[in-house]
Amino acid sequence: MARNSIRNDYLKQLSASGARQTESTPQEDRGTRGAPSFLGRLGSVGLLATFSRAASAAWELNLQEPVTATAKHVYELHSLLLWIITVIFIGVFAVVTYSLIFHRKSKGYKASDFHDNTTLEIAWTVVPTLILVGLAFPATSALVKMRDTSQPDLTIKATGYQWKWGYEYLTGDAAGIKFMSVMSTPREQIENKAPKGEHYLLEVDRPLVVPVGKKVRVLTTATDVIHSWSVPAFAVKTDAVPGFLRDTWFRAEKEGTYRGQCSELCGKDHAFMPVVVEVVSEEKYAAWVADQKQKLASAADDPNKTWTLDELVARGEAVYTANCAACHQANGQGLPPAFPALDGSKVAKGSKQGHIEMVLNGKPGTAMASFGAQLSDTDIAAVVAYERNAWSNKLGEVIQPAEVKALRGK
Amino acid sequence: MQATHTAGHAGEHTHDEHGHHPTGWKRWVTTTNHKDIGSMYLWFSFVMFLVGGAMSLVIRAELFSPGLQYVSPDFYNQMVTLHALIMVFGAIMPAFVGFANWMLPMMIGAPDMAFGRLNNWSFWLLPPAAILLTASLFVPGGAAGTGWTLYPPLSVQMGIGMDMAIFAVHILGMSSIMGSINIVTTILNLRAPGMTLMKMPLFCWTWLVTGFLLIASMPILAGAVTMLLTDRHFGTTFFNAAGGGDPVLFQHIFWFFGHPEVYIIALPAFGVISHVIPAFSRKHLFGYASMVYAIAAIGLISFFVWAHHMYVTGLPLTGQLYFMYATILIAVPTGVKVFNWVTTMWRGSLTFETPMLFALGFLTLFTIGGLTGLVLAMTAVDIQLQDTYYVVAHFHYVMVAGALFSAYAGLYFWLPKWTGHMYNESLGKLHFWLSIIFFNIAFFPQHFLGLAGMPRRIPDYAQQFTDFNVMSTVGAFGFGISQLLVLVVVFQSLKGGAKAESRPWDGAHGFEWTLPSPPPYHTFEDPPVFNPAEAHA
Repeated sequence: MARNSIRNDYLKQLSASGARQTESTPQEDRGTRGAPSFLGRLGSVGLLATFSRAASAAWELNLQEPVTATAKHVYELHSLLLWIITVIFIGVFAVVTYSLIFHRKSKGYKASDFHDNTTLEIAWTVVPTLILVGLAFPATSALVKMRDTSQPDLTIKATGYQWKWGYEYLTGDAAGIKFMSVMSTPREQIENKAPKGEHYLLEVDRPLVVPVGKKVRVLTTATDVIHSWSVPAFAVKTDAVPGFLRDTWFRAEKEGTYRGQCSELCGKDHAFMPVVVEVVSEEKYAAWVADQKQKLASAADDPNKTWTLDELVARGEAVYTANCAACHQANGQGLPPAFPALDGSKVAKGSKQGHIEMVLNGKPGTAMASFGAQLSDTDIAAVVAYERNAWSNKLGEVIQPAEVKALRGK
Repeated sequence: MQATHTAGHAGEHTHDEHGHHPTGWKRWVTTTNHKDIGSMYLWFSFVMFLVGGAMSLVIRAELFSPGLQYVSPDFYNQMVTLHALIMVFGAIMPAFVGFANWMLPMMIGAPDMAFGRLNNWSFWLLPPAAILLTASLFVPGGAAGTGWTLYPPLSVQMGIGMDMAIFAVHILGMSSIMGSINIVTTILNLRAPGMTLMKMPLFCWTWLVTGFLLIASMPILAGAVTMLLTDRHFGTTFFNAAGGGDPVLFQHIFWFFGHPEVYIIALPAFGVISHVIPAFSRKHLFGYASMVYAIAAIGLISFFVWAHHMYVTGLPLTGQLYFMYATILIAVPTGVKVFNWVTTMWRGSLTFETPMLFALGFLTLFTIGGLTGLVLAMTAVDIQLQDTYYVVAHFHYVMVAGALFSAYAGLYFWLPKWTGHMYNESLGKLHFWLSIIFFNIAFFPQHFLGLAGMPRRIPDYAQQFTDFNVMSTVGAFGFGISQLLVLVVVFQSLKGGAKAESRPWDGAHGFEWTLPSPPPYHTFEDPPVFNPAEAHA
């Protein structure tokens, strides 16, 4: 156990030093060694032997280091199972190996002729059944604990979009805070035009922030297709089904940054919608909430402001990059035929109303999502104005937020 | 009498006069002969195996290093989808139907399959389906990029390629249903006098149960994809919450087909192994009756475990518990089968020709796949591993090392019977050793990737997954290239080589081995006399 405690001290120091959460070390992110209990230790030390101890993150051989009680149960259950199946495998194939070596025709072994043995056959039906019944107990208990989402300290809704996560704090001081969490790995890294960063594909612009030691219930849903919200260090994975709410929970026991990925194929950028959760101390969480609330208040747009074309286009370009460019591309050429070009398109050069409605409501049966619930009137006015004035679409039209508001719900 | 085994190999039509059937391409289009149709199934399945295999190499090439290298994420998803659909419906299933066509009538002493024209039709439905699937790559929007599970709403977003996949599935389903009606009828009605059900060869038993599984599950898949089609085009909302439907409903229907499908593939594989292991152990199969009960139990339970593919979709706790217990239960009959094979070898007189090597490879690797299946059955653990590479590793151990290795065991076992020539034993052994080594290099590391949290169906991954992915890609290419050896072996055996006796394996027993190699075009026009002492060999 000495190894573990040294490691835990190290982690505590890391957390205490603050300001490290976003640039946490790989060890903090993805446990490479260490096991939470005797069984777990047996699992990693016994079976995976020398590799495991010397492993860098790259040669990870076991589940990620658990940071919730649930994940520990899962880790231990997996270690137990690994032991049992290894013993069964070795047992069965010891018999096979004996036959292969000693019962060979080339050694002159004569086949004996037996083909039934009721006692034996009953034994190898009953004994495995008993082993399986035995296994069902820890498996049931781990699952029952895992599914108990009652009495959370904090409830957050995670909404899957193609291809990003939206978070909304529903209860507590943070209630009302909502934001999109978009992968921040630059395109150049994905296209191998720039060296890949430490958290390549597992980094976002705005991570989910939660307090340490609190029971966080996560409601999942989606707007377009099925996604799956997953953080391996918490043993959390729940599908986000459009039109339905599912729930899961975790209580992180250690501060740090924990990373997962969407785990249900959701279209072309399925690989590019990571989940990043920052677990911080209560004080830091309170400070973060206050900060977010303040930003939220100051960011609210004056609904009566009249926008100029330049203002709209500048804002619209930012909205476009965050929400539209994944499909329609930064140059407006799209990826036809699934994702049509906007440059010169019938919609972007057609009626203003049709264009706004397309953004507000999406187009059913295609990948074009409805952005009405995701974007404010101002953002939609801005992005539509941008699309009608970017590239070769030089329509020179100004769109005011009030025009978007008027079309909502129609 | 004439050469029936040549599948369009002109040089082979030299033996005797052709008798009463058309020649040239008309022979193959109009044939109702089980041997001809069996050969066509096998060639079709091998072509599809190469197509699906090439797609898997596109996948593995892209995953050789992090970043996007060769294909777009869209195309990658299409490869993932078509690789699976083609391998499952185009390669593995037709391979075992091919074995069934060739061997079932000869094993039970029947002159042919029960319904000759139906048999012809079941085969000739396959090429159009294969063309629909592969051609969908070239239509606007490309093929379906949803994974073979075709989950809505993603599948509702797809282009016309999705409709082509849906129609392909319809056609494949029809083919399977007709094929299995034929097989079930043949087994139940055309056995030689005296061959009771409990005396018939085990391969027949596995196909009897598989036939019922197909008849029961294929219409369900057809229903699921038809509902998908009407959701896509006719305004229904079976799988759309906005209209009162539920996306997860599709998953229930799909897996109600999908889980029996796993055993549709596995059971005939078990059947082949249950012939090969006794033959090269020179001993009767141990526990014939318990094998039959285990097959029936597996077939039955396979209908009650479907939602273990759906542990993270939001099932209620009680549902998860039920499906976990039911799934664990399948381990019991599966264990019985493994123990029976092991005991069959015990105190046998073993030799290690290629069919036996593949059977042993099957036994070892299928057991690993079964044991990781037990790990995945435990809901709490599965929630960690669902949709990760651990699952990919698990089902490739079951599907490739299970079904494919068993198909190779069958191919090498029966090839001398079909062609009349022994195959090249050294090449066969080389094929086996390359296959098993590269298979493990390709797929064993994927267990670790999955444990560490790498999701499946992604074209790009975080850098800590690089090393195992490199290994896996190297293994996959080695495995893929090694499979071309089969072509060499089969062509050599078709062209010539040592003459095969009617019973080339001294441990093999049954009606099929009483016929000359190759067998005449029509066999057992008069039912043979069944000797019960010969049973269960």
